[in-house]
Amino acid sequence: MALTEQTRLALREILARYPKPRSALLPMLHYCQSEEGYVSPAAIGACAEELGLTKAEVGAVATFYTMYKRRPIGDYYVGVCTNTLCAVMGGDAILDALEEHLGIGNDETTPDGAVTLEHIECNAACDYAPVIMVNWEFFDNQTPGSARELVDRLRAGDPPLPTRGGRLCTWKEASRVLAGFYDGRADEGPSAGPASLIGLEMAAERGDRAPQMPRVASPGTGSVSMARDGAPR
Amino acid sequence: MSPQMGTKTGTPKPFALTPVLTANWAQPRSWTLAAYESRGGYAGARQALAMSQDEVIALVKNSGLRGRGGAGFPTGMKWGFIPQGDAKPHYLVVNADESEPGTCKDVPLMLASPHTLLEGVIISAYAIRAHTAFVYIRGEVLHVVRRMQAAVDELYANSFLGPDVLGSGYALDVVVHAGAGAYICGEETALLDSLEGYRGQPRLRPPFPAVAGLYASPTVINNVESIASVPAIVSGGAAWFRTMGSEKSPGFTIYSLSGHVTTPGQYEAPLGVTLRDLLHLAGGVRGGHRLKFWTPGGSSTPLLTAEHLDAPLDYEGMVGAGSMLGTKALQIFDDTTCVVRAVLRWTQFYAHESCGKCTPCREGTFWMVQILERLEAGDADAKDVDVLLDTCDNIFGRSFCALGDGATSPVVSSIQFFRDEYVAHYTGGGCPFDPSAATLFAAEAGAAR
Ligand SMILES: Cc1cc2nc3c(=O)[nH]c(=O)nc-3n(C[C@H](O)[C@H](O)[C@H](O)COP(=O)(O)O)c2cc1C
Ligand code: SF4
Ligand code: FES
Repeated sequence: MALTEQTRLALREILARYPKPRSALLPMLHYCQSEEGYVSPAAIGACAEELGLTKAEVGAVATFYTMYKRRPIGDYYVGVCTNTLCAVMGGDAILDALEEHLGIGNDETTPDGAVTLEHIECNAACDYAPVIMVNWEFFDNQTPGSARELVDRLRAGDPPLPTRGGRLCTWKEASRVLAGFYDGRADEGPSAGPASLIGLEMAAERGDRAPQMPRVASPGTGSVSMARDGAPR
Repeated sequence: MSPQMGTKTGTPKPFALTPVLTANWAQPRSWTLAAYESRGGYAGARQALAMSQDEVIALVKNSGLRGRGGAGFPTGMKWGFIPQGDAKPHYLVVNADESEPGTCKDVPLMLASPHTLLEGVIISAYAIRAHTAFVYIRGEVLHVVRRMQAAVDELYANSFLGPDVLGSGYALDVVVHAGAGAYICGEETALLDSLEGYRGQPRLRPPFPAVAGLYASPTVINNVESIASVPAIVSGGAAWFRTMGSEKSPGFTIYSLSGHVTTPGQYEAPLGVTLRDLLHLAGGVRGGHRLKFWTPGGSSTPLLTAEHLDAPLDYEGMVGAGSMLGTKALQIFDDTTCVVRAVLRWTQFYAHESCGKCTPCREGTFWMVQILERLEAGDADAKDVDVLLDTCDNIFGRSFCALGDGATSPVVSSIQFFRDEYVAHYTGGGCPFDPSAATLFAAEAGAAR
C-alpha cells in the first residue's frame, strides 16, 4: 500500500498530540509501518516533510531502533527471546528448532509471507521463560514442540491465542496501535498470567498481608469512606 | 531447610509477603476504572489534590521511597529539585522502558493494573506542578500499550484527566508513548532524547533533567514501580510505609524470580528479605540441582552466589555483598548453567545495545564479545581472561553512561567467582557444559537429537 493523503492526515493527528512536533517521530514511523509493513524510503520522506526535517535526519532515527524494519516482513513477526535467561532455559533450542522447521534463518521470512523469524532481547517476561513474542504479544513457557505448532498454525491462518494478550492481529494492525491509535481491544485476555500472581496467591495461603493502613490519613483529607483495597477505615 | 538451597548454613526466617502493588492483580477485569475504584482506587489522588504540592513532596520525602528503576535515588528528593515558581512548563516522564535483562515487574503491573500507575501519575505530576505527563513504554509489549491507552481514555471520559482533574481545578494531560526497541532508551537522558524524536543517546549531565530535561524544561523521570507506589504512600502515610523494610530502604517492593526456580514469578515483600527467604517460598532451586549464581537486580548488577543467600535484598545489603539491588530481578541459575555462556550472551546484548556515543563502551563491549566467543569455542588461551579484566578496567568509570559500567558487571563478577570455569574453557578445548541439560524441557530436547 502506498502512502496516501489519509496517511498524511494520520501523521498530522499524531503530531498534534505533542508539545513539540518532532516528539511525534517515533509514533509516526510506527504508523508508516502500519500502512506498508516496514519503513520505506517514501515513509521517511513523508515524515521528513511533515516535520520539516531532512530525510537523512529521519533515516538516522529510523535505523537506530530495532522495531522499525527496512524491508517488508511477514504477517506474523515471531521473536524468540535469546537473552541469557531465556536462552539457558531453552530459547536457543527453540530458535534452532524454528529455523530448521521453517527452513529460514534469523531475520528471514517464509516464502508464503506468513512468518518472519528473529531472535529478540529480554522482553520483560523472564518469569515465563522461554518466551516467544508474536506481533509483540506474549507466548509464554515455550518448548521446541509448542513453538513448531505455533508457527504451523500461524502459517495455516489459524493463529492461537497469546498467553497474556489480545487475539493476534497482523503486524500492520499492531503497528497502528503502537502509533497511538487504540483499537478498542484492551478487554481481551487475562489480567495476569500465573507467574505474575504466584506471590499474591502464596500471601493468601499464608495469611500474609501488608500492615493495615492507619485510620487517620494525611492532612487535608476529605471524607474517605473506604481505605485502599476495601479495608474499612 | 531444603537440601536444594545450595549452602548448609542459615535457615529461612519467617517474614510476611506484603501485596500492595500486586494486591488487585487477580481481580476480574482488574485493568478497568470500575474494578480499580471498587477497591478504593483514586482515594489517594483525591487526598493529594486536597493537599498543597509541597505537602505531597514532603510526604513522599518522609516515606523514604527510593527509585525502583535501578539506582535507588530518593524519589521525594528528586521531586524537590524541581524549581518552584519558574515560568517554564514542568514535565513528568514515567520510565516504562523495562528492558534490563531479567526485569519483568513493570510490564505485568501495567497489564493488570494500569490505574495504579496512572493514579501515581496524577499525584506525582500535581506535586511537581506539571500539566503534561508522558508514559514512555517499550514498544514490544502490545497489550500493555493497549491497556494503558484504554485506561487513559477512561480517565479522560470521567474527568480524572483533562482541564479539571477530579474537580480540583488542576489540569493534566497524559500521553502514552510507545518506544521502538532500544535498551539504552531506559537510561533517563537517552529516553528524553528519544521522546524528543532523536536517536536515543545519553546527554551530558549537568544540567540534570530536574533543571533542563524534556524540551529543556524541568522534568522528573521515575520508574513505573516508583510512581505506582505513591498512591499507597499517600493513603497510608509515610509512617505506615516505613513499617515495612528498613530505615534506609523502607517499604514494599516487587521481587521478580526467574530461571531455575520451582515457582518463578512476582513476589511482593518488604525490602530487606533475603534470597534464602524468597527461594524457600518459591520451592527452592529446581529439583535435583543446586544454586550456582544469581543476579540481584538484572544483568548489570554483579553476579552473586550461594554465599550471598543471607544478604538483605535492599539497597545497602546488596552493596555490602559487592553488588547492587538494581531492579530486583532475581535471575536464578543452577549447576547445569555455564557461566561463560551466560556472560557471553549478556555481553553480546550490551555490544548490540551500546549506543555508540563513547569509545570505551562501543569498542570494549565488541572486544569482550570476541574474547568470550573464543573461550566458548575453545580457541582462547591463558592471557584472554586477563585481557577481559583489562578491558573492563578501561570501560568501567570511563564510559559516558551507566550502560558501559553495567556491561562489566557480569564479566568481572563471574571471573571473581568462577575463574576455574574460565580456565577449563581454554584448557579443556571449549565449553564443558551440555546446554540441553539447563533447559526446562531437557527430556524433549534429548529425544529430538
Ligand atoms: C542502560 C540503562 C537502562 C535503563 N533502563 C531503565 C528502564 O528500563 N526502566 C527504568 O525505570 N530505569 C532504567 N534505567 C534507570 C534510569 O536511568 C533512571 O535511573 C530511572 O528511570 C529513574 O527512576 P527511579 O528513580 O524511579 O528509579 C536505566 C539506566 C541505564 C543506564
Ligand atoms: S556507555 Fe555505551 S550506551 Fe552509554 S553513551 Fe557510551 S556508548 Fe552509549
Ligand atoms: S530473558 Fe527472555 S524475557 Fe527476559
